Parts: sequence; C-alpha cells; structure tokens
Amino acid sequence: MHDQVISILLTGVGGQGTVLAGRILSRAAASLGWDVKVADLHGMAQRGGSVITHVRFGTKVYSPVITQGTADYLVAFEKLEACRCLPFLKGEGVLIVNDQEIPPLPVLTGASSYPEGLLEMLRARVKKVAIVDALKKAKEAGSAKAVNMVLLGVLARHLSIPRECWEEAISTSVKSEFREINLKAFTLGWESIT
Amino acid sequence: MREVMLGNHAVARGAWEAGVRVAAAYPGTPSTEIIEALAQYPDVYAEWSVNEKVALEVAAGAAIAGARALAAMKHVGVNVASDALMTLAYTGINAGLVLVSADDPNLYSSQNEQDNRLYARFAQIPCLEPADSQEAKEMTKVAFALSEAFDTPVMLRLTTRIAHSQSLVELGEREEVPLKPYTKAPSKYVMLPAFGRERHKVVEERRAKLSAYAEITPLNRVEWGDRRVGVITSGISYQYVKEALPGVSVLKLGLTYPLPKNLIRQFIAAVDVCFVVEELEPFLEEQISSWGLPVRGKEFLPRIGEFDPRVVVKGIGPKVAEVNPALLNESLLHDNSPSLNITLPARPPVMCPGCPHRGVFYILRKLKLTVAGDIGCYTLGASPPLNAMDTCICMGASMGVALGMEKARGQEFSRGLVAVIGDSTFLHAGMTGLLDIVYNQGTTTVIILDNGTTAMTGHQDHPGTGYTASRALTTKIDLEQVVRGLGIRRVQVVDPYDLTRAQEVISAEVATPEPSVIIARRLCALLAKGTGKYRVVGMYCRSCQCCLDLGCPALTFNGEEAVIDEIQCTGCGLCAQICPAGAIEKVVGENA
Repeated sequence: MHDQVISILLTGVGGQGTVLAGRILSRAAASLGWDVKVADLHGMAQRGGSVITHVRFGTKVYSPVITQGTADYLVAFEKLEACRCLPFLKGEGVLIVNDQEIPPLPVLTGASSYPEGLLEMLRARVKKVAIVDALKKAKEAGSAKAVNMVLLGVLARHLSIPRECWEEAISTSVKSEFREINLKAFTLGWESIT
Repeated sequence: MREVMLGNHAVARGAWEAGVRVAAAYPGTPSTEIIEALAQYPDVYAEWSVNEKVALEVAAGAAIAGARALAAMKHVGVNVASDALMTLAYTGINAGLVLVSADDPNLYSSQNEQDNRLYARFAQIPCLEPADSQEAKEMTKVAFALSEAFDTPVMLRLTTRIAHSQSLVELGEREEVPLKPYTKAPSKYVMLPAFGRERHKVVEERRAKLSAYAEITPLNRVEWGDRRVGVITSGISYQYVKEALPGVSVLKLGLTYPLPKNLIRQFIAAVDVCFVVEELEPFLEEQISSWGLPVRGKEFLPRIGEFDPRVVVKGIGPKVAEVNPALLNESLLHDNSPSLNITLPARPPVMCPGCPHRGVFYILRKLKLTVAGDIGCYTLGASPPLNAMDTCICMGASMGVALGMEKARGQEFSRGLVAVIGDSTFLHAGMTGLLDIVYNQGTTTVIILDNGTTAMTGHQDHPGTGYTASRALTTKIDLEQVVRGLGIRRVQVVDPYDLTRAQEVISAEVATPEPSVIIARRLCALLAKGTGKYRVVGMYCRSCQCCLDLGCPALTFNGEEAVIDEIQCTGCGLCAQICPAGAIEKVVGENA
C-alpha cells in the first residue's frame, strides 16, 4: 500500500488524450483498493490549449490538485508542455516526455518561436528523465492517436500496479473497436523501458 | 460497489438514487455533465432547456406538480435563472427541488468568478457544499430530503474542482419516490402582492427552522486535532486544509447557509485561534465576524482565483506555526522543483482547423469593423491574430450592446458595427436583444454563427438541431423564420467557407441603414467529416505569410514557404482563397 500519496501530473495539448489517460490510470489504481482523485479541466481550456490532468492515489487522498513542486511523476505528451509544467515536479521526481513538438499558435503565426534544445535543457535539470518517441510507437500500434497509451505504458513500468490491472482499465475505458490498438500501444510503451 | 466518478456524474447519480423524475439545464462549464449523465438514466426525464431561467422554471413546475426535480447550471447561469429563484424561495415547492450551481473559481471557462453562495443567502435558501464526489452524491440526496422537509428550493453549490474532479463513490440503489399529490394552492403558488407578503413571513420562519437544523445536522462536523488552532472551512477548501494543516482542528461545514451559529461559537470558544479558509468571497467569515466572533481569513488568503494546499500553507501557515509548527505539512513548505529560466511561448486555446467561425472573423478584421461579441467558441475571435472582437459580456449581450453603441454614437457609427452571436447563444438569450433592435429602430447588422450545435461545452443539442437531450427527433427551429418573425426583413444566409461572398454580404448589409441578420451557416468542424486536404505548391509561395493571418493551427511558415499539416487540415480552403500567389491548391486523387 502507498501510505505516501503518489502524485502524477499528465500534461499535453488539447486533443492528445490526457483526460482518457487520467481515467485509465485512476481506474487501474482504484482496482487495487487505493483512494484515488483526478482533476481535469473542460470547456474553453480544451480547444487546442495546454491541458493538465492531476492524478493522485494512496491510502487517503485529500486534495485532487497537485501542489507545485510535489509531483512524483510528470508525464508530458509534448516537449513545450513538459517545460511549462516542470514547476510541478519535485526535485527527485521522474519526467517522462514524449519527443514530439506541437507548435502553439503564436509560433505558427510567427509571433514567437519554438525554443530549441528543450530536451537537453530538461535533461540538465531533471535527474530521472525518460524520453519516448510515443508518436512513432503509436503509429506502429496502428493509430497516431494512441500516443497516450504508449506514455501510460512507460509510466506503468515505474509504478507498482500489476500489468493486468492496466489492461483491464484500458479495456473498460476505450471503445471495443479501438481496444486492440490501445493495448498494443500500451505494450510498446511498457516494453520500451528495460 | 465503488467507482471512480466525476463530481458531476456523482450529482446525477445522487439525483437518480433520490428518485428524481425531471431534470433540466442549459449546458455550461463546469456543470454540463450532470444532465448528460441524467439523460442516460432510466426513469428520468432530462432536457436541454433553452436557457437557465427556463430550466429552473421547468424543474419548478415539475416540483410543484409533485415530482422530484433538479436544475443544473454554471454560476453565471444562476444570474439568468435568478428571477425565478428569488420568488421560488417564497412559494416553496411540493416535491423536492434542487438547484445545482457549478461555480468556476479561476475562470477556467467563464467570464467571471462570482461566488454563488451569496445567491443562497440572498434568496434565503439552504446551500450545501460537497468536498468530493462521494459527498456530491450524498448531499444531492440530502438536498432533496431537505427541500421537502422545509418546503424550499435547495442550492447544491459545486466548484470546478468538485464538478470536474473524480474520486471514489459508493453506488446505491434508486429510491422510488411516488408523485406527490397536486392540489391547487394559489396563496402559495400565485405570487400576487397580498400572497407574496404572507409568503415572505414563511421564508423568515423557515430560516429560523433551518438555522436550528444547521446546529444538529451531520453535514456540519468537527474533526478535532490540536485544540489550539481551529479552521472553519467548506467544499474543496476542506481538502486543501486537511492536506496543508493536517494537525489542526477543523469545523467542516457541509451546510453553509444558514450557518450553525452555536456550533461555530462553541468551536471558536474551544480553540485559541480560529481561521476561515474559503475561496472567493468571505461568505462564512463576514457572517461569523458579524456575530462578534474572532476569526481571521481574507487578511491572509486571496479573494481572487482558486486555492491549493500551498496557498493555504503560505496564507495562514505562518500564523499556525507560531502556535505549533508541527501542524504544518512540511513537504508543502519548500519547493525544490527544477526550474527553466526561459520564456516559453504561450499555448492559448484556439479555433480548431476548419472552424467555420474563422472566415467570418478574418473578414470582420479586414473590414475594420467594431464587433459586439458574445459567449461561445467564437469568443476566441478576440485573440491574435484575428483580434476581431470589441466586447463580450454575457450570453446574448452582443445585440443590446450593439444597439447601445449605435444610440450613443449615431447611425453613422453603425455603418462600421456588427453584433456577432452563435446559434445556441442566440436561442438562449439573443432573441430579445434582436427584438429590441427592431423595436427601437436600430440599424445594425447581426451575424449569427450557426454551427448547428453548442460547441464550446461539447456539442449539446438545442432547438435549432432538431434533437433533444436524449437524441430523440423534435421540431427543428428555423433561424430564418425566427428572425423574420422578430421583424427583421433583411435576412441572408452565407457559407463562411466562401470568403468572397461572405465579405460582399457583410459589407453590403453593414452599409445599409436597416437592421439585418446574416446567418453564417456551416456545421462545427469537429462534427463535420472534412472536405478534403490542401497543400502549398512551394515554387509559387512568395513567403508573404498572409495565410498566417487566419490563425489556423494547420498552417505554419518554415522560413521559406508556408506549410500545411495534412493531418490537421480539414479542407476548408480559406488559405487558398486568400493566398495572393495562388500557391495553395486542393489535393486531388488518392491522397485527398
């Protein structure tokens, strides 16, 4: 049991599937009898903007919201969002970052530029970093949209939740026609950590 | 059976378990999922009402007729429904009536962050504040019971972090609550002045009874810790207090109106110092202070935005530490997170690729018009690079504001002025504004952006879609007929993907000194299948970057030429229409 609460922050760009990833993570944790809380945002915030899902589990969880500097894991679906949410990660926390660049509108319109060398900067500042080409693996699994499952697979290897709990949570959270692709993407993420 | 449940789904579940029969709402973040979920339950009639006022009236009618009923809305929706609310507080109900107000501290998807607990006090009705999904479900059930026991509407007040957080919920079974008999009672339900005067006395008597109930209800409870420090709190703030100050004594209020004066007095007397921790307004603090009791809160804690555990620790932590430093959660005091000392480009929400609103705002900016705007996805037309909105106040305000501008500055000003409103918003609160333009001889042009759905909140149906909340076919309201019926003679429909014609029509109508309506009609790009793909023919691109003025997420410039992201492109073709070099072409053949 986790006497200490585990705090996981998922971040990405609206439409990348952080909400679904949060739901699967929470179901997997709940299946082990842990207390679980998830905080999402909906509405205006979702239209292609930065999105954050907070997931916390353990024996007893109070706040659904993760306080900055206390996240055990930061799972970033996009590099720029990894940097934006870095203040949430605690000093000894683990960063899992998708090596994908989605330029925000100010970059697209030329009002600003996408910073270079973000991964190097992140590596220099965070001790434990896992960089994953989740888009490539998702396509390998059969759908570019399965980036969230690949990243969950990577995260899963860091947590003490048995693999079958994850697979059960995925199976009950996605439509049956996408189950195989999602499970495959999760497996590719899981196997990318040795 | 326990399930991880969204707060809003827990409210729906609680209502269902409490035997609710009728539920009504207008969609609005963070309340939307309540009716979406209730529409899935058997034995419940759930509707998307035209607006929140109607939703509360439908629920009230159902309650007066003997059925347990619920109305759900976002905080600003209660403003719309407040006319009904203030007098329903006088009439009382027959079967239980619950009003769910989902407030949005920090304005994640709203135009203000008003604290609707003040409405409960204003209307003199009970206010319940759950602190997680389980409580959301339980308090919904309690709300129905209270409503019937005290013959009053009851407010269940959520905030975004309750409504849109998920936590474990123990599921129960539905209690079959038979319809209560309906008998005529004009002195109770017909609020003529003579009857209203009598009912106001009932409101005051009821408040006294509710205050007595507040003293004994388990909704309000003390969790004793170190008796030197007490904290009075409610809702999500309770969770932050428990996390930030694990050792203090806590008075957790589930019923925050009316307050349990004696319980609070005893609690404060039992501790050495007492703080109030509440987001937004000092709702609890001011009432408690008015009784001459020593509490402190807003001098340490912000009145703006939402809290988290660190806000609590930083706010009152130093005062608590003076008594006993061990009461603070040590891990929240320090922040050793890694830091990057670079400025990151912002990632604001944007109109989707293929959004039918984009072309209209592109034209409005090009024509340098003054734009009285409204509430919906299209409010993003105010952002760069479109920058084409001057005002956005509340649902339906665009037309009244446009008329007021014209009356202030004269008809000539109206030759450079439009009101812009979405289809769902127009049907919600726009028809009266348009009628006012006609009646008071305004000459402005109103553009209705008809994307065939309530897009911002996740594509809910409305009277113009032809479907109900449970996806049953219904009468499809014809916008052209509606605006003609309201007295508009000049009505035109344009395709917002056809920039040339749309611009011609907008220019002509704005120039005409008569009120007019232009319906820019095309289905929301998230619902439409897309009309193909476009690509840039590199050798023709002159690097002028004109196309970037559209603010399309699928378009970028690589330093030499424009590039279209073929995955995101939906084929709207706006970029091809504005490219001066003719360098953007439709992809034909099997790659399309």
